[in-house]
Amino acid sequence: MTNPPGADLHWPVGCMAGIAMHEMSLCESILQVLEQQAEAQQYSKVKTVWLEIGALSNVEIDALRFSFDVVVQGSIADNAQLEIIEVPGQAWCMPCSRNVVVQQLYDLCPYCGSHQLQVNSGDQMRIKELEVE
Amino acid sequence: MCGVCGCGEGHSHSHDHDHEHTHDHDHHEHDHHHDHDALHSHATGLSPKRMVQIEQDILAKNNRYAAENRRYFSEHGMLALNLVSSPGSGKTTLLTETIARLKDDLDIAVIEGDQQTARDAERIRATGVAAVQINTGKGCHLDAHRVGHALETLQPKNHSLLFIENVGNLVCPSAFDLGEAHKVVILSVTEGEDKPIKYPDMFHAADLMILNKTDLLPHLDFDCEQCIHYAKQVNPRIKILSLSAKTGEGMDSWLRWLKAELELQRIDYA
Repeated sequence: MTNPPGADLHWPVGCMAGIAMHEMSLCESILQVLEQQAEAQQYSKVKTVWLEIGALSNVEIDALRFSFDVVVQGSIADNAQLEIIEVPGQAWCMPCSRNVVVQQLYDLCPYCGSHQLQVNSGDQMRIKELEVE
Repeated sequence: MCGVCGCGEGHSHSHDHDHEHTHDHDHHEHDHHHDHDALHSHATGLSPKRMVQIEQDILAKNNRYAAENRRYFSEHGMLALNLVSSPGSGKTTLLTETIARLKDDLDIAVIEGDQQTARDAERIRATGVAAVQINTGKGCHLDAHRVGHALETLQPKNHSLLFIENVGNLVCPSAFDLGEAHKVVILSVTEGEDKPIKYPDMFHAADLMILNKTDLLPHLDFDCEQCIHYAKQVNPRIKILSLSAKTGEGMDSWLRWLKAELELQRIDYA
């Protein structure tokens, strides 16, 4: 097995494959939604897909874009644009009793240093809207 | 399980689902038609292009199957646990040792997930309990749909303990709810103590962490305290048990936890 072109050297091959497969299966789920909605919403072609992806959602945006183009080939969303709205991570700090911005799940509260944080935004993976015809 | 299952996706299932195809897509009932006003400015008068609000979770379909599995577990008073870890953490050995100690007292069933081979299911069946192997092929995680079908084959007993051994992978299975009561993450001391912060999603999603292979600690530089600190940093609510499935050290607490959690499934909440 060789490294895919452009793969970062610090990503072991197995891990890289795991991440790409993860995004691939997410894209298959997206396509299923697009196909199911086509009948209800009466469209035959998807031109643009807006996704809301949280910073804490464990999704690699680059891998998602790559997988999307592959998965939608020959479907109603062939050549569709993928627009990604990135949502920052947010957590409720229990000692501070307020929301704080977090980049990672293991971040400490930037104000008090506590790890008593409950993530309440930024873990979503949602299809927001579509441009269709 | 198949109450929500269309199974029209090219999966190979041996049973017939013909009766379901008329009512399996009832999720279209969600409201998708609001607040389009701001969007109409995108459309030029003659263009057939238009905007459609979807507002749907990408994993909504998996989540529906998971909810169906959860309802099944609840109705049957079962405790379902989703065991997740990297490959080689000792999940299957932990399971066979656990089964050996509990099978005379409890009904146990196992769903095994691996990319290929039925070796793990065979190891489980050798203990005398029922096991179904799911091969995910190129997939890197179990999904709730396939678990639902495995349940049909497995037919677990009421008030039984169901272990779902996920594919060895600390990344993807964290996002896929299978309907389990708890995710249990297993970390062996032969791995780095910083695994919880390297793979935070999984440790964030788990309710219990098992630090396995503690019999090897004298030969390693593994810092248990630091590892536990990292795990709690990612997930302040996580509970942690240290044990060695091989020597049996620490197994008592794990067995007690399992029995207590199973007992909790018998409670009828209002």
